[in-house]
Amino acid sequence: MKTLADLKKIREKAQEDMKLRGGNVRIKIVVGMGTSGIAMGAREVMKTFLEEISNRNLTDVLVTQTGEKGLSSMEPVVDLIEEGKAKVTYGNMNPDKVKKVVVEHIVNGRVVSDYVVATGD
Amino acid sequence: MSLKRIDLLICCGSGCVSAGALKIKDRFHEVLAEKGISTEINIIETGCMGPCDYGPVMVIYPEGIFYKHVTPEDVEEIVSEHFIKGRPVQRLMLQDEDKVISVQKEVPFYQKQVKVALANCGYIDPESLDEYIATGGYEALGTVLTELDPQKAIDVVKQSGLRGRGGGGFPTHIKWQLVHDVQADQKYIICNGDEGDPGAFMDRSLLEGDPHRILEGMMLAAFSIGASKGFFYIRAEYPLAIKRIKQAIEQAKEAGLMGDKIFGSDFCFDAEVRTGAGAFVCGEEMALIQSLQGERGNPTPKPPYPATKGLWGKPTVVNNVETLANLPTIFLKGADWFASMGTATSKGTKVFALTGDIKNTGLVEVPMGITLRELIFEVGGGMTGGHKFKAVQLGGPSGGCLTQEHLDVPVDYESLKERGAMMGSGGVIVMNDQKCMVNVAKFFTEFCVDESCGKCPPCRIGLKHMHGILERITSGQGKEGDIEELQRLGETICKLSLCGLGQSAPNPVLSTIRYFRDEYEAHIRDRACQTKVCPDLLHFNIDKSRCIGCSLCARKCPVNCISGSREEKYTIAQIDCIKCGNCQDVCPVKAIDRVPGLHEDVVKHTEEALQKLGREEE
Ligand SMILES: Cc1cc2nc3c(=O)[nH]c(=O)nc-3n(C[C@H](O)[C@H](O)[C@H](O)COP(=O)(O)O)c2cc1C
Ligand code: SF4
Ligand code: SF4
Ligand code: FES
Repeated sequence: MKTLADLKKIREKAQEDMKLRGGNVRIKIVVGMGTSGIAMGAREVMKTFLEEISNRNLTDVLVTQTGEKGLSSMEPVVDLIEEGKAKVTYGNMNPDKVKKVVVEHIVNGRVVSDYVVATGD
Repeated sequence: MSLKRIDLLICCGSGCVSAGALKIKDRFHEVLAEKGISTEINIIETGCMGPCDYGPVMVIYPEGIFYKHVTPEDVEEIVSEHFIKGRPVQRLMLQDEDKVISVQKEVPFYQKQVKVALANCGYIDPESLDEYIATGGYEALGTVLTELDPQKAIDVVKQSGLRGRGGGGFPTHIKWQLVHDVQADQKYIICNGDEGDPGAFMDRSLLEGDPHRILEGMMLAAFSIGASKGFFYIRAEYPLAIKRIKQAIEQAKEAGLMGDKIFGSDFCFDAEVRTGAGAFVCGEEMALIQSLQGERGNPTPKPPYPATKGLWGKPTVVNNVETLANLPTIFLKGADWFASMGTATSKGTKVFALTGDIKNTGLVEVPMGITLRELIFEVGGGMTGGHKFKAVQLGGPSGGCLTQEHLDVPVDYESLKERGAMMGSGGVIVMNDQKCMVNVAKFFTEFCVDESCGKCPPCRIGLKHMHGILERITSGQGKEGDIEELQRLGETICKLSLCGLGQSAPNPVLSTIRYFRDEYEAHIRDRACQTKVCPDLLHFNIDKSRCIGCSLCARKCPVNCISGSREEKYTIAQIDCIKCGNCQDVCPVKAIDRVPGLHEDVVKHTEEALQKLGREEE
């Protein structure tokens, strides 16, 4: 490290690694992990999100989980929460659908309307 | 690295570790591996999070969920419920008046706190340079080295109003200026991490929880005064602090943050760790310098001050850990920002180690000028066990006691000093109405007697004499004039001692005489300890109306002085009682009380014995 600019580069990278502790995230992915969600493969869905996101080096996305969401007929259910936009809820998710959502919605900013089961708060 | 979805921060400060934090951490590693989700969760060992009384504590991000009193048995449930199903475990959360508090920033303990020195402590991984950099670490150093010259840096500290946090409260910039202005081929900066006060752990927590901050603070000081070499003096009882600082130095060197031409400037710097033997007097700066040089840690007369003749005769600044910890933020956020907190004479925040009879004991950082009431009742959560507040002892073993009437006094250097207490390094011991103040004074005096280096007679002999008088008073042998003698001795010792230890050691006695004189008088004149602490000034009494005649007490009395029967109930032959308290402990119906003062039989017996003695002498 020789200059402040070098330090800044390290800082930006390190802040990304610490983003779970309240850093800047553009999109929050919340996977419903109720008993029925897990039975329908919610863990696989979550794992695929984690893999896809780290493979693509998407640094401003955060994956987290929540309990029962009361949409048991559509499990696994996933919310995508984006700063300044209405929440999008995807239902009946599986690993293939996850891959599509990552490419379309998270990378290209286009909601995959076929999988959407609800929008808004 | 694969993407993590949870940051699990486990407090591994000394309090939580002694409550079992490391076992919990190991258990998490096991359970996460069993469930196959190790790659999704980041386990981080942090320094003290503050509320040590709730230990082991942990915080789970992204939500910031706070769990307290976690045991290894809880780990399985946390993983399967919280980490897998997304359902945080309510029973491990803090309850406040029927309300469950889930996230850390809503815990009442943190509400009045402002964290500057402690900003990263309990929040980052202290062993990771990157995490320190992520919070803005080393930016102050880079900016100061490239944009300011030493004089300008000192001016910033002057404008901030920062005063030393090690006890004396001496303005930091004045000490720096003196060394800056001296011409010398070599100057030194020393970080004082001795922390000899019993019960204090703020410096230790800072060194363990955020070592790079202290190192950066040291380099900022070194640049300002023109030092190229620094020493961390840390007591050997703090092995983790020593390890973390050594590691931080290595990391900084490797990253090019230490060594030659730092940030491309002309500033070169190197630091080393030296361990101390753990004597209270070695925290005194002259004794510390002697000890660092490998000599006996004895204070030396001042002047010469370390600013002119310090380590190996060279100009030296000795700064406390917390003083250094404040520097990066002062340079980053500006002198005015820092000076906007606190009172006219005491700027910024202060870290306190809260202990004693309060609900939230632990490590806190509050703005200077907060009242004692806020500190004790809001941050500290008030008294435990329904007891009443009696006194608060501030400033370490040679600090002073304040009382009820001082609760609205602002906590700053001058306000405390005016009233006979002091800021010291920040130990705060809160006492309830069960405490005997004469005994408290005796305890602290005893500590200072043991820790006096013995170099000067007022401290060595005078303190011992004071302790002897206190010993007499608490054992019922006090005489008229003892109080005045204690005051006279105390004042003399303060005036004539060479170093700060002797100069302040009488404070606990002088301040308790000032505010609790009636207690001293009751001990001496009435031979009574109203708080029922001093065994020689109380007696045990069996209340016949409550006694069920079970004879347990009689069987447990080591001197067989309890007699009676099931019908007659039991009584104590007071003259023989040695006040061991066994009977009270075993009584199943709590029929035995401690009563202040000597029993009339004992008084009568003593008087008769004295008279007889007098007659024989005639
Ligand atoms: C008996 C005695 C013990 C002391 N112990 C400490 C200590 O443990 N840590 C500390 O920083 N200062 C201690 N001091 C104060 C130091 O002498 C010195 O004033 C301080 O380290 C200066 O740093 P500061 O200006 O940053 O506060 C002690 C002083 C005395 C008289
Ligand atoms: S005041 Fe006490 S501790 Fe200090 S130099 Fe004198 S004898 Fe030693
Ligand atoms: S206090 Fe001890 S010595 Fe006295 S009566 Fe009770 S058991 Fe016996
Ligand atoms: S040691 Fe864990 S909160 Fe202090």
